[in-house]
Formats: sequence, C-alpha cells, structure tokens
Amino acid sequence: MKIHEYQGKQLFRAAGVAVPQGIVAKTPEEAARAFETLGGPIAVVKSQIHAGGRGKGSFKEQPDQRGVVLVRSAEEARQNADRMLGNTLVTIQTGEEGKQVNTLFVEQGLKIVRELYLGIVVDREVGGPVLIMSSEGGMEIEEVAAHSPEKILSEPFDAVAGLYPYQARKLAYALGLDATAVRSAEKFLPQICRFFVNYDCSMVEINPLIITEDGQMLALDAKVTFDDNALFRHKDVVALRDLAEEDPSEVRAADTGLSYVKLNGNIGCLVNGAGLAMSTMDLIKLHGGEPANFLDVGGGANEDQVTEAFRIILADKNVKAVLVNIFGGIMRCDIIVSALLNAYEKVGFNVPLVVRLEGTNVDKAREMLLASGRAIIAASDLTDAAQKVVKALGA
Amino acid sequence: MSILVSKATRVITQGITGNSGLFHSQQCRAYAAECQPGVDVFVGGVTPGKGGTTVDGFPVFNSVIEARKKTGANTSMIFVPPPFCADAILEAADAGMELIVAITEGIPVMDMLRVRRGMEKSSARLIGPNCPGVITPGVAKIGIMPGYIHKPGTIGIISKSGTLTYEAAWQLGRVGLGQSTAVGIGGDPINGTSYIELLKMFQDDPGTEGILVIGEIGGSAEQAAAEYIKSHVTKPVAGFIAGQTAPPGKRMGHAGAIISGGAGTATEKMAALRAAGVVVSDSPGGMGDAMKQAMQR
Repeated sequence: MKIHEYQGKQLFRAAGVAVPQGIVAKTPEEAARAFETLGGPIAVVKSQIHAGGRGKGSFKEQPDQRGVVLVRSAEEARQNADRMLGNTLVTIQTGEEGKQVNTLFVEQGLKIVRELYLGIVVDREVGGPVLIMSSEGGMEIEEVAAHSPEKILSEPFDAVAGLYPYQARKLAYALGLDATAVRSAEKFLPQICRFFVNYDCSMVEINPLIITEDGQMLALDAKVTFDDNALFRHKDVVALRDLAEEDPSEVRAADTGLSYVKLNGNIGCLVNGAGLAMSTMDLIKLHGGEPANFLDVGGGANEDQVTEAFRIILADKNVKAVLVNIFGGIMRCDIIVSALLNAYEKVGFNVPLVVRLEGTNVDKAREMLLASGRAIIAASDLTDAAQKVVKALGA
Repeated sequence: MSILVSKATRVITQGITGNSGLFHSQQCRAYAAECQPGVDVFVGGVTPGKGGTTVDGFPVFNSVIEARKKTGANTSMIFVPPPFCADAILEAADAGMELIVAITEGIPVMDMLRVRRGMEKSSARLIGPNCPGVITPGVAKIGIMPGYIHKPGTIGIISKSGTLTYEAAWQLGRVGLGQSTAVGIGGDPINGTSYIELLKMFQDDPGTEGILVIGEIGGSAEQAAAEYIKSHVTKPVAGFIAGQTAPPGKRMGHAGAIISGGAGTATEKMAALRAAGVVVSDSPGGMGDAMKQAMQR
C-alpha cells in the first residue's frame, strides 16, 4: 500500500524524522492561508498524487502549469492552487490518462546547500534491510545506477538492532558532509531506518534528502510503500489509504480475495495460482495475443469468487475473449465447472470463452461442460488453449 | 533416493485445529497410508490451549516440544495464520524439528527477517513460507499438492509456485518422467531454503538424475541458481520462468513477484539460466519437453 507525501511526512514527524514545516490545502484559499501561516518569503505548492515525477509533470487542462511550484506570495499560492486543484496531472509515472489532484501540500521554502538521495528496501539476497544513499539527489536512482554506480552507497543494517551511529557517520563522511551535517545525519539516519522497520515498510524513498544552510538533514520528499501483509498491525496506516489513487477493478478484486492486475490487452484470463496465472499471460503473448489482465482466483476458488472474477474481467471493455485455465489440485475440477457454469449464466457472457481444465475429476468436469450446451470452447492443454483463444479473437 | 522426505519422516501439524490445517493433514495422512501401508507418518498436531484433545484421530499438543517428545516427530507442517506464523516457525526450530514446511501465505517480511535471524544457529531446515510443500512420490507428501499427479521417478523439481508445479509434474508425467522429490520454495521475497541449497541436495542425491527449476520474476535468486549450476551441477537441468509479460512495479499475486527498477525480469533470468547450460522453455506448455530434451543431451 502507498500513501501521499504529506501523509508520509506526518508519520515521519511523529517518529522523530526531520521534515520541513508544511500545511495541507484542499482549496485555493487554504493554500493562500498556508503561505501566510508558514511566513514566507518563499513556499512550495506540491500536488499530492501517488505517482512520482510531479515537478516535471503538467496538467491536461493547464499545459503550462507544473505539478510542483515555488511561490513568493499568498496570492501566487492561491493562483497556482486554483490551476492545480481538480485538474489532471500527467507525469512520467501516471500514464497519459493522468491523475486528478484533490489535495495540495504547501511547504516552507528552505535554503538548501546539498541534495542527496536516500532509499531503504529489503535486500532479498542479504536477507535484511539496506540503506541506500547517493550524492546525486533529485535524480532517479536507476539512472545513477546505470551511469555512475560508484556514486551509490549501500549499507545493510540489522532489522532488530537498527542502524548504528557509526554506520550513519560512515555514510555521512563518504557523502562529504560537514561537521554539523554529520551530527544531524547521526540522528536522522538511524531514525528513518527504525521507521522503516517499525512500520513494516517495503520501501522508503526520500529524493531529495536535503542539507539546509544551517547543516540540518531533512526529508524534502517522502515516498513510502507498506508491506500489505503487515497492515493488520498498522491500523493508523490503513486509515491513510486513498482509494481514488487505486484502480477500481483492482480494489474490487482485492475485496473478494482475488488477485487482479489490469493490463492493456484484449484476452481476459482467469487462473488458479499466481505462477500459473503469470504463465498463462506469457502463453497468450507467445501465441500472438495480448493478455488483458492477471487474475489469480486462489487455490480454493468458490462460485462467488469465480462469478465476481468474470464480472471484473468482462467489465473491461477491451476484453474480446476469455481464457480460463484451472489446474484442479485439492479443488476438484467438477466443482470448478459447476461454479463456472453458474457464473456464466449469472454474468451473461458475450465473448468467446475457452476453458482448459486439468487435475482431479477432470473427465467428469469435461462431460459437464459438454452437457451444458453452452458455447464454451474446451482445450486439452496449455498450448491448445492459447491457440484456441487467439483464434476465437479473430472469429 | 530422494531429498527432505523419506521413510523416516514423521510429521506433526502446527495449526491442526484450523480448517485447512486439519483438511490437509487428513489428505497427507491418506496419501502416506497408501504409500506406506501400516505406518503412521502423520502423528499429531499442535494448537496452544487445545493440548490433550484429539481431532479426527490426531492427538493435539500444546507445544511443539511436547509433541516431539510424545510422538517422535522430526518434521513440522505449518498452517498457522500469518500474524502468528513466524512465532510458530521459531517454536518448531527451537523444539528440534529437522524439517519445517511452512505453507502459510501472507507472513510480513519483517517477521521473516526475524525468523531468519532466530534460526541462524539452528540446524532446522525451513521450506517456504507461502509454498505448496514437499512431496517424495510413493513415500509421503507434506503440503497441499494433489498426490496423484506426482509419479515416482528421477526428476527433482524446485519451484516458487504451487499450481505451476502441478502443471510441471503433469507435463513430466506425459513424457514419461516421474519425480524423486518436488519442492516448493515459496513465492515470498524472504524464504527459508534457496534454489542453491536444493540444487546441491539434488546433485548429491543418487535417486535424482535431472532437475527442473521453475522460477518467476522478482529478485535475483534464479540468477544465483544459474551461477551455481554452471560451476557445481553436472546433472541435466531444465527451466522455466513465469512473468515474461508482467508489467514493472506491479505485484503479480506472490509478494515476491515484482519487477522493480528494471531488475528481476524474466528475460534476464532466462538468459542467465541458458548461459549456464539449462534447457529453458519459453512456453509454460513446454516444461515437460524441455526436461526430456535436457535428459537426452
């Protein structure tokens, strides 16, 4: 789960991680008042959407308006907010459809002497969290990794003990910080690492992490992603979820216990198991088709789930054919077929449906499909299924 | 003749009084009884607070240590719900279980980091979590896979995925290849046993003549496996990687299946395996044929 920058900073502040002063604004007037409260002489008005690249992004309705702007007066804050709120911000990460901006964050302007990069992730190979820093603040870390990998410093730390002060100093000296900034880093870096662990984050990215004129280290940005599996113990984080930022069909699927990811193709897929679901997409592509989605109904798919899965798939207007691929293990194929037939009835299929079944009681299941008299195309194995669904598309 | 699961395996189930815990313990017991008539392989279960009761003939104990002492079990199969599962794994390791198979899906990553730390000095081997389990066909299965699709034979399977492993076993059956042991290592970013450890076991197992490696997008475990195969594995290896069409930055069902920052793609994993001499199938429909081809080289 992701949250907005301003929410991330609220959590940071509460956890003792230094951030600039900032105020949330939902109307142009609130933005103007925020400027006055912060006291100037400059402030930054920042669009709050989950995607990155906001500073370089522009609005569909106001092409010369950027997603993040520096303002010098309350009036300027108000005018910019007016052009941003309710409009659609398009950045390199939003796709061309963009994201509507409903909230702004007005932040005090600071005298910045250094812009750094900070990221924390769990390194699978090390088997623990790792703090990544670079002197190239403001740049995409992937770009730095590609062009000047020597500028990336990474420091694994113990999830239980946290980052030791000596590790913070090691990084600070390697980044060439002065004495005051080193002392600030010695406090900031262990705090942010502790935040990462305590909040069960899967990623924290602060880009840029800044050093102010008076030598303080502050988080000028806050991109936080949480481990979905740990949300049960972070009710405060769950409360920050913004459904407007998520794909509605993905939200609907998750509520039914389905795992669904929307793609851009025209062949819908319904599969049991994540690995098989990914493979089914690959298979479709390999035979010249384009998958419309990833959908895993799980190991014990019941009729309600299958029905809902069909509804979600068919709600996608791009879908011109559907492939069901089930390997019935513990879940018997005949049970799946009866769920399938009932769902077929309820949903009212209007595109070709290819079904590939294998596993327990498969013979009985195939007979049931035949006996149903439905225009369902049966496939014998994976390759056959892919060929048939791609062919059905042209029919 | 196999790895991890043999005729000496005796299993208790942690979380045996839950729905899936009981259902799968029954299924496993039935499979073992078919393979080894008259031998009790699944000898009981643990649910704290329900010790002293029985459930469908399985004695229930309060703790793993008590279960081990009273039943002689050396293996634990875990169905404990995610918030309590890390603790259950550590309890099994502390009680001296040699093999721990964690089926549970949805354990927080931080919990698994603590498990890894807590097991550093333990000799227990953890398989999973978020996996279908381990099966030595004709001997016993510890997990949720359907027993009948696995035929006894000489191919070792190592896989991150459940149903895709069933698919692979079924395809192997169609080309006349059975399995020595099939192991699901799980789809989570942090797991107990790596491809490399299992490759080593299969390489050393006289009952295994070929190995099928099934991977997916995310992380670089398959690349590390490829390096190991190149320098240490002399037996024929075939492979498949799921997620060639997965978009970056999206979690594809499994918590670990995510391409981030351009790393962990199927293309790079397939290339690494091919460079190590592995016969890699482009299509999930070709895993059986790829294995057969590797065996004939």
